[in-house]
Amino acid sequence: MDIQISPNKQSSWFSRALLKGYLGRGLLLLLGLLVAIRLGTELFHNPQLFVQQIVNGLQLGFVYALIALGYTMVYGIVRLINFAHGDVFMVGAFVSYFAVSRFRLHLWLNSVAPQLPNALTLLVGTISVILLSMFVCVLLGVTIERVAYKPLRDAPRIAALITAIGVSFFLEYFGALNFVFTPNFTTYQRPFEVTTWYIKNGIHRLPANTQPPSGSILFSNILVIIIITSIFLVTLLQFIVRRTKIGKAMRATSFDKPTARLMGIPVDTVISVTFAIGSALAGAGGVLYAIAFPQVFFWMGIIPGLKAFVAAVLGGIGSIPGALVGALIMGQAEALSAGYISTPMRDAIAFSLLIIVLLIRPTGIFGEPEREKA
Amino acid sequence: MSKKLLIILSLLVIASMMLAACKPAGSSKLKLAILAPLSGPVPTFGVSTRDGAQLAVDEWNAKGGVLGMQIEAIIADSQCTPEPAVNAANKVIDQDGVHYIIGEVCSKASIAISDIVEKKGVVQISPTSTNPQVTKNVDGSTKQYVFRACFTDDWQGGSAAKYALTKLNAKTAFVLFDQGNDYVRGLAEYFAKAFADQGGTVVGQEAYTAQDTDFSAILAKVGEQKPDILYVPDYYPAVNLIGNQAKEKGITAIMMGGDGWDSPQLDLKAVDGGYFSNHYAPDDPRAVVQTFIKNYKAKYGVIPDALAVLAYDATNMMLNAIKQVGKDDPAKVKDVLATGSFDSVSGLIKLDANHNPIKSAFIMHIKDGVIKLDTTLNP
Amino acid sequence: MKLKVDRSALGFFGIAITFYVITQTLISLGVLNDFWMTLLRFGAVLAMVSLGLNLIYGFNGQFSLGQYGFYAIGAYSAADVTYRWTQLHSASGLVVLLLGVAFTGLFFLGVGNLLKRLPRMDTLSAFGLYVIGTILAGLLAVLLGKLFIPPITKLLLFIPEAIAAQIVFLFAVLLAGVLTAEVAFLFGLPVLALGSDYFGIATLGLTIIVKVLLDNSDTMFGFQEMKGARGMVGIPQLSSWFWVFLFLMLMILIARNLLHSSYGRAIISVREDEIAAKSMGIDVTHYKTLTFIMGSTFAGLAGGIYAHINGFLHPDIFNFIKSFDPLIIVVFGGLGSITGTIAAAFGIYMVLEGVLRLILPQGFETWRYVIYPMLLLVMMLLRPKGLFGTFEVPFLRQLLPPPLRKSPGSLENDHKVISPVLPTSEGG
Repeated sequence: MDIQISPNKQSSWFSRALLKGYLGRGLLLLLGLLVAIRLGTELFHNPQLFVQQIVNGLQLGFVYALIALGYTMVYGIVRLINFAHGDVFMVGAFVSYFAVSRFRLHLWLNSVAPQLPNALTLLVGTISVILLSMFVCVLLGVTIERVAYKPLRDAPRIAALITAIGVSFFLEYFGALNFVFTPNFTTYQRPFEVTTWYIKNGIHRLPANTQPPSGSILFSNILVIIIITSIFLVTLLQFIVRRTKIGKAMRATSFDKPTARLMGIPVDTVISVTFAIGSALAGAGGVLYAIAFPQVFFWMGIIPGLKAFVAAVLGGIGSIPGALVGALIMGQAEALSAGYISTPMRDAIAFSLLIIVLLIRPTGIFGEPEREKA
Repeated sequence: MSKKLLIILSLLVIASMMLAACKPAGSSKLKLAILAPLSGPVPTFGVSTRDGAQLAVDEWNAKGGVLGMQIEAIIADSQCTPEPAVNAANKVIDQDGVHYIIGEVCSKASIAISDIVEKKGVVQISPTSTNPQVTKNVDGSTKQYVFRACFTDDWQGGSAAKYALTKLNAKTAFVLFDQGNDYVRGLAEYFAKAFADQGGTVVGQEAYTAQDTDFSAILAKVGEQKPDILYVPDYYPAVNLIGNQAKEKGITAIMMGGDGWDSPQLDLKAVDGGYFSNHYAPDDPRAVVQTFIKNYKAKYGVIPDALAVLAYDATNMMLNAIKQVGKDDPAKVKDVLATGSFDSVSGLIKLDANHNPIKSAFIMHIKDGVIKLDTTLNP
Repeated sequence: MKLKVDRSALGFFGIAITFYVITQTLISLGVLNDFWMTLLRFGAVLAMVSLGLNLIYGFNGQFSLGQYGFYAIGAYSAADVTYRWTQLHSASGLVVLLLGVAFTGLFFLGVGNLLKRLPRMDTLSAFGLYVIGTILAGLLAVLLGKLFIPPITKLLLFIPEAIAAQIVFLFAVLLAGVLTAEVAFLFGLPVLALGSDYFGIATLGLTIIVKVLLDNSDTMFGFQEMKGARGMVGIPQLSSWFWVFLFLMLMILIARNLLHSSYGRAIISVREDEIAAKSMGIDVTHYKTLTFIMGSTFAGLAGGIYAHINGFLHPDIFNFIKSFDPLIIVVFGGLGSITGTIAAAFGIYMVLEGVLRLILPQGFETWRYVIYPMLLLVMMLLRPKGLFGTFEVPFLRQLLPPPLRKSPGSLENDHKVISPVLPTSEGG
């Protein structure tokens, strides 16, 4: 019980209300109620549009999830915000661009076994492209870790942070040079064609150059592929982290590094593996993002990287399910605010959401309680 | 040790300032600065501008230069952004002693530079900035030293609207614009106004920002309205993305745009069936156009886009005016520019009272991966 | 002992005044042209912002990425005031801002007193109360402002234009600073309680939110003259080298005096070990808030000055990528070293914008952004403590010994040992 320090004679229910923190929580509740009412009215007015926005938000959310996982895993294990992560994402997208447009990698099965159905060829081809990007990103991520982060592991954390920023700038501007990625906004050639479906009295294919009937909800094969790939990769990750030895080592190292070392865990290798996995996911995310928004340029990693980072914090940085949940929430917040408020304001709303969540739960939704008190 | 470091650093800074303060010895070349966005949001525009202007400079130099001197082109990267543009302008004016600037491409950068050139008495011709504010002061008077080689957005937007209503039989239009870009906003506003004034209905206007890649929310609204025309007067990066996503969502509205579409990087599949207003057309049969295309292709290996053409024209304008004045005197050059008329690749350039040329607009049509001239709209 | 203080102070002021006289002469003679002038002023403004960050992070250990958000707030508010005066010939901005910050300030003081007498309220409620009050104060200011604007405008019109402009400019910058302080107070209230990393993320969020709000200032908030994402033009260019230098010197002095006092010792102790400081009876929250407000105010004042250097503003100048600049400068120069920050700010800016632009052959300007991070990386790998480490010129030197452990922010120091070292007899 609080000790009544002041004999101040305010009206008692007023001070008691303030005491119990009703004001702050009340305001937040009010805000939440307003948002719910707004969304509710929109849903009521135009349910089809509402569902469409949610579907749009899913596409973004899953791509952010792939990037956010990299951030959260790296932070969990070395307490470093890897600013270069967004640029690894960018490199993944560019690798797939070169693979598809220069080397036509997505059609390699054709030259080997041309009698196979087109769909199968494209499927295998796309998977190969994604795998290639993941592989290159793994190399890149591990190299960055070894060259730039490992020497600073015992230095003050801010030095590693600044180094991360430096690596990020370097990747971006080196990529902007004319003999690398050029500073152009290059149109990305998708490894497969887009097909759109619309839902109205059942799911129908939308042929090219035709308008969908009013009141239908649209989605494309890109969305389906993104969702399937992301869920697959996240499940795979969960499996690795929960069921394999290396996963156990990763969890142990992120829990208590010195003790893990004492237990004989090769901490350096584990950290490199973490970076590798995170970079692989970012690479896959890059390919999927480029397929969804077919334009690659050297700065493309900054904004998605930032949003994925916010998503990771929102969900609780260091927590893998948290990254997924946070990313999905971010995707929805973006889509809904773009649809119902205005597109230019959506970043502000996403960040305000983050700050509000941090105020209520200081370590994010699934975050572990902080060990050092403020 | 650190104290020595401090002293060394401060000496270095002061030394570099001293070094810089030394004015370069007067050279026997006429200096012309080219401020182009070689990096930043529209790099192809910068490259085209630089190449077009450089071609003009080389041609003049081959014929003996101007005023008996060879012309030295000083190229600076202004990144289509106000702050670097200002730094670049200051550098070429103060450090290199330039009196004549060709630049910039983007209206917001040109506006920023124009304040400086007005103050310092340097002549500026912007090849492609179409926003009226480039040559006008805040109070509406015309700036003395600033000119342009292209038509302005009110003419461009207006003629696009007229074309849509008359030739394309459009009744409704939806306008999208980047709210952070004066050029895009201006064009969108003029188009919307002209469209409504001439009997059409603008069924919606939506804003986005330059960094947006996901336009699904906006396009959902467009899909609901089912307009005849989707007007996207932005630069090619945004147009590519919007076009792609619109096609995915089954939006069959005819896409229209402005000269920002003109780039080798325009995704022709994304904007298939669309139209855009431009400053010149490669299939214009006039001899001056075809000769220019031949020379440009010989030197750079690609067909010039409108930005290269306008940079070429702007440079020629400048050098012709200097030749007419007879000496290196910016104050006199500006007077010649204000009253003269210049025949150029993009048409006859005669400047009105606001230092803006009255020129034809070329409506280009994109179909099946080919860009063709559709109509020429004369003022 | 007294003589030592005087000597170092004399040396410091001597060098400062000499530097100013030299540069001012060069400017007046036209030797230092506009190009370098602008660079100098930008460098100084950057130094101010970085100094603020050094206070918050270097000396107090709170990782803040919000400097550019406050920088933007200061810039736009000061610019609006002077714009309205010079272009629209109305003192509306001045009056409303003055009343607004005054009322908000009074309200803060009042509520603060009230809260001190009540038993401890949770921060969220207190924050809610403050926000409500701020909104009310703002409305009140706008309403009352309508009354006062005409007479003040008339008054100012009596004075010769040049002097009136300077007065409005000075007021604009100072008021922008106060506004920034109030925003920092409001924002810091709930956010400072978060742990160090989360605080950084929240402040980053602030920077982004401020930028987006400024992007929409004309479409959503009716500030037509700010022109939202298109950039504000027409701001009078009143930031002469004199003002810039003056403000920079003032900030260095204030920072130095703050750090030399008991406040300073408390602030540094919070950085070293919060729990130990708390057990010594230091109100950690109070000092964190104080430093945060002060550092952010520096950024706000810097912003006000920055707006009047080139005469135009653009929300993109304050985007979050650029917001890492002060952080890089502070770390590069050495956390906890004022000298390092100033030197690094000037050095990096002059080199990046000035020297490299001249040295690198044309067309390779894009290489400077490749060289710059490489230098940064090399620097971090070879000397993570920063260029100057904890070195200070004698005038600025703190009375405490340099930190015994690794610099702030190192979580690896959960099991540290505090060895008792007596302060040296250096300094006053």
